[in-house]
Amino acid sequence: MASEPGGFTEYIKHHLTFLKPPHMDPKAFWAVHIDSVTVSLVLGILFCFWFWLKARKATSGVPSKGQAFVELVLEFVDGQVKDVFHGDRRFLGPLALTVFIWVFLMNAMDLLPVDLLPWITEKFGLGHFRAVPTADLNMTFAMSITVFVLTIFYSFKAKGAGGFMHELFTAPFGKHPLLWIPNFVLNIVEMCSKPVSLAMRLFGNMYAGELVFILIAGLFSAGGWMLYGLGLIGYTVWGIFHILIISIQAFIFMVLTVVYISMAHDHH
Amino acid sequence: MELIAHLAQVQSLTAIAIGLIIGLGALGACIGIGIMGSKFLEAAARQPELVPLLQGRMFLLAGLIDAAFLIGVALAMYFAVGNPLITVLQSAASSAAGH
Repeated sequence: MASEPGGFTEYIKHHLTFLKPPHMDPKAFWAVHIDSVTVSLVLGILFCFWFWLKARKATSGVPSKGQAFVELVLEFVDGQVKDVFHGDRRFLGPLALTVFIWVFLMNAMDLLPVDLLPWITEKFGLGHFRAVPTADLNMTFAMSITVFVLTIFYSFKAKGAGGFMHELFTAPFGKHPLLWIPNFVLNIVEMCSKPVSLAMRLFGNMYAGELVFILIAGLFSAGGWMLYGLGLIGYTVWGIFHILIISIQAFIFMVLTVVYISMAHDHH
Repeated sequence: MELIAHLAQVQSLTAIAIGLIIGLGALGACIGIGIMGSKFLEAAARQPELVPLLQGRMFLLAGLIDAAFLIGVALAMYFAVGNPLITVLQSAASSAAGH
């Protein structure tokens, strides 16, 4: 698998390649990453189905363990939304819940052994398979651009079209016409930096985590038994640390989504 | 022979750049988390009843502070395993050799 130096680089490169439609030029940027989209869809359906099942049998008496867990998560997310957003929570609450659980599940795919899913899908004839959707720049940018569009929509809803334009050109410096250009530039930079930082933060964390997993997995077959033991210890330690990183990154994505939308909503 | 010399030069500078990116990023992130953690401990000692609230905020901030560092690590790792500067060199060499 990865017994010589050339083999190790090939191993890494093989694990970092996405599954694209076979008839397309692999360098085309519009080639859909079938593996990321499939895994994220499956995880999304799983999450919705699981929560729907628990909600269907919800009782107001003594709750079952599953129901208690769902209620715990719901209250946690609702608490976060309530802290920050002072408007109608009926849309933002489910959005925050979806973002949190979905991003957490997608990140958690990183905890599976590196070779597991590629090995399984190789039996079905697929060449490459990357299991972690959030380590794909396309997925994280899709989510953050959606949040960006929602921010603009909420700005329009809260301030009206005229009010939004007025604010674009007169905040934060003032109303004088000479200041319109600096105001506009600053507002555009602020508006565009939010989705970029949101996406890159999640992507960077997951990509770096996956890459360290791949590197340690390469260590397993690189040398004698000592390297194997070292690889085992390293894999465990990094895996435990990565569980913390996964949770924190999902929580941050949710909190920042809520904060950005609420900032767009009540900036009167 | 010249191609190997050029490749070696690009690779060596890339290696130094990767070390700088990861090292300086880690320096900033660790100092930031250290300062934030010390403030959190002070606040927790001063008002223990606020610890759950502050702890949640602390994890949020830890993730935000680590963000730029990990973006740097991801970029550095990209240069380590699939260096685009090498690809440019190789395509230039192959097109020069083709003539």
